[in-house]
Amino acid sequence: MNSPRTLYQKHIDSHTVCTLDDQGHVLLYIDRQVANEYTSPQAFSGLREAGRTVWRPSATLAVVDHVNPTAANRIAEMPDAGGALQVSYFEENCRDFGIELFDVLDKRQGIEHVVAPEQGFILPGMVVAAGDSHTTTYGALGAFGFGIGTSEIEHLLATQTLVYKRLKTLRVTVTGELGMGVTSKDVIMALIEKIGASGATGYAIEFTGPVIWALSVEARMTICNMAVEAGARGAFMAPDEKVYAYVKSRPRAPQGEQWQAAEAKWRELFSDEGAVFDSEVTVDVNALEPMVTWGTSPDQAAPVSSTVPDPAMIDDLILRQGMQRALTYMGLEAGMRLSDVQISHAFIGSCTNARIEDLRDVARVVKGKKVAPTVRAMIVPGSTLVRAQAEEEGLARIFLDAGFEWRQSGCSMCLAMNDDVLAAGDRCASSTNRNFEGRQGAGARTHLMSPAMVAAAAIRGCLTDVRLLAEEA
Amino acid sequence: MQPFDIVTGKAAPFLASNVDTDVIMPKQFLKGIDRSGLDKGVFFDLSFLKSGEPDPEFVLNRPQWSGASFLVTGPNFGCGSSREHAVWGLKQLGIRALIGTSFAGIFYDNCQRNGVLAIQLPERELQALGHVVSDGATATISVDLPNQQIRMSDGSVIDFAMDDLRKQSLLLGLDAIGSTLQRAAQIRDFETRHYAANPWLG
Repeated sequence: MNSPRTLYQKHIDSHTVCTLDDQGHVLLYIDRQVANEYTSPQAFSGLREAGRTVWRPSATLAVVDHVNPTAANRIAEMPDAGGALQVSYFEENCRDFGIELFDVLDKRQGIEHVVAPEQGFILPGMVVAAGDSHTTTYGALGAFGFGIGTSEIEHLLATQTLVYKRLKTLRVTVTGELGMGVTSKDVIMALIEKIGASGATGYAIEFTGPVIWALSVEARMTICNMAVEAGARGAFMAPDEKVYAYVKSRPRAPQGEQWQAAEAKWRELFSDEGAVFDSEVTVDVNALEPMVTWGTSPDQAAPVSSTVPDPAMIDDLILRQGMQRALTYMGLEAGMRLSDVQISHAFIGSCTNARIEDLRDVARVVKGKKVAPTVRAMIVPGSTLVRAQAEEEGLARIFLDAGFEWRQSGCSMCLAMNDDVLAAGDRCASSTNRNFEGRQGAGARTHLMSPAMVAAAAIRGCLTDVRLLAEEA
Repeated sequence: MQPFDIVTGKAAPFLASNVDTDVIMPKQFLKGIDRSGLDKGVFFDLSFLKSGEPDPEFVLNRPQWSGASFLVTGPNFGCGSSREHAVWGLKQLGIRALIGTSFAGIFYDNCQRNGVLAIQLPERELQALGHVVSDGATATISVDLPNQQIRMSDGSVIDFAMDDLRKQSLLLGLDAIGSTLQRAAQIRDFETRHYAANPWLG
C-alpha cells in the first residue's frame, strides 16, 4: 500500500469489500445510487420475485426525469400510458422499499445528475453507480461515478455492492488557456474527436491540468459527463477548494465537526507523485475553437469554422463507410461549410449542459436578440431549482423576450422519451451529449455544441460561431 | 439465467462501427415495466422501411441470416445509453453471442448479466470470421464456451479469451445476487469499518 497510487486506485481500494480473483475482480461497495423511472422497474420486479429487500434504502435517491413532459404548466399525470405506468410503478417501488423519491411535482425534481450534486447527495470520495450512463458526471466532485444496467441496479439494491473489474487508468492533461467563447463543452468534444468514441473504453479517466483547475465545478461536470462518449467507464478530477465551496452550501452536506473531518479526508484525494497511469493524453486548448458535430457519433466533430470532412480521404473501410452513412443521414455534403448548415430547432437542456451557469451563458448571447423565425427554440432547465433560480435572476425573462420556450425540467429532447420529439428531417442545434441516429426522433438530425453555441444558432438560424455574434453586438 | 455451453447457429455479419444502444433499441420500446416484447424493437429503424414493410436488404431480414444465433459486430458495439433493453431484445430475438473487436463497457456487462456471450477477438481474426460468415453457405458456426473456441464449417478454429469469473458464471447460469449475498457478513463488516472511518456518509 506504500507505493504511489492514482486517485482511481485510492477510490477502489477504499471501497473493496473483498478481492474475488487474481484477474482484477473485486466486490465493490457503492456509497450512493440515483434511480430513475425507466431503467429501474425490472430491477424492483426482480427483488419482488425473489422476495429480497433493499440493503440500504437511504443510499438511493429516486428522481422522475426521463419520461415526464416539460410543458410550462406542470401536472402530476403523464400524458401517455407507458410513462404513466412507469411513474406509478416507480412510486409504488419507492414506497414499498423505503426509498426517498422526488416526484414530478417536487420542487427539487430535475435531471438526476443535476439534482444529486445540487442536493449534496454526492460528496468527494464516494463511489456512485446508477442506471444511467451519464453517472460519470459526479467525477467533477471527486466522486467516482459510473453507469450500470438494470440487472446491476437490482444487484446493487439487494447488496449495496457490485461485482466489479478494475479498469485501466488514463490521465488526460488539459493545458493552455481557453479563448473567449470557448467552453468546457468544447474541451470534451475536442478530446472525444481526438481519441474517438471508444478511445477510453476500458479506462477510468482522471482529468488534470491548468485548464481544469481554472474551470468552475459546473463546467467540470460537463467534461466528466461526456467522458462516457469516449467510452470511459468513469471520469473524475481531484477535488479542490472550488469543490469544497460548491459542496458546503448544499442541503445534505456534512455539518460542523463532521465537515471538518470530511474535508480533511478529501484533501488526501489526489494521485500520488509518481503514480503510474496505463495511458496518458494531453489536450492543448490554446488554438481550440467552438466545436460542432457533423455526424452521428460524438467523435464526428469539427471546429465550427471548418467544413464537412470528405469520406474519400479516409483509408479505413469501416470508418469510411461509417462517415458516408452519417453524411447521408445528416443530409450533408463533404466540403460544405459548417456555418452554412441551416437549423429548424434549438435545444438547450440535458445533464450535460442545463445548469445555472449554462443558462447564464445563453442569456448573455440572446439578450436583446430574437430567435430566427425559422427556428423553434426550447430551454429545459436541468432541475426545478435551476428553473426557479433562473427566474429569480431575470434570465427567464430574457429567454422569453428572445422567443425561446421556457419549460419545466426533465431529460426531454436529449433522448426524446417524453413528448419532446423531433420529426424526420428536423435539424437541431443541441446542448446535449449524443448525436446518434434517431436520438431526438426517428430521422431527426442533431448537432452537438455548447449552450452558447446553440443560442447563437437559434438567433442566426444556422450553425454560427458565437464569437462572431458577440463581435456584431 | 440461461447457461451457455456449446451453441451452433448462423452468424450474421453486422460490421458497422459505433452501433449505439439507441439504434439497437429505439426509445419507443423503453416504456414498459417488464422485459417482454423487446424482440420487436431490435434494430427497428434499420429493419423496417418507411412503408412499415420489413427492409429486405437488412442483414437479419435476409434468408441467409434470418434466425441468426450470433452477430459478428464492428468496433465499439453497444455504445451510448445504459439501457439493458438492448440486450434483452437481442436475447429474445435469439442472439446468444456477439463477436466483435470491442464492446462498450456497460453493454458488455449487461450481456454478461443476461447470459449473452460477448467475445472479443483481435481485428485480423474478426475480419477473417466476418469474411466467412458473409457467405450464407458458410455462415453456420459453433461457439464452444468450455473450450473457448469458435468453430467454422470448414473445420477451422478461432480461440478466444474470457475471464474465468465471467466464464463460470455463464457456464452455470449463476444468480449473481445469490452469490454475493453469501458474503453478507463480509459486506456488513466492511460497512462497520467504512462508516466509522467516514461518519458523514452514514
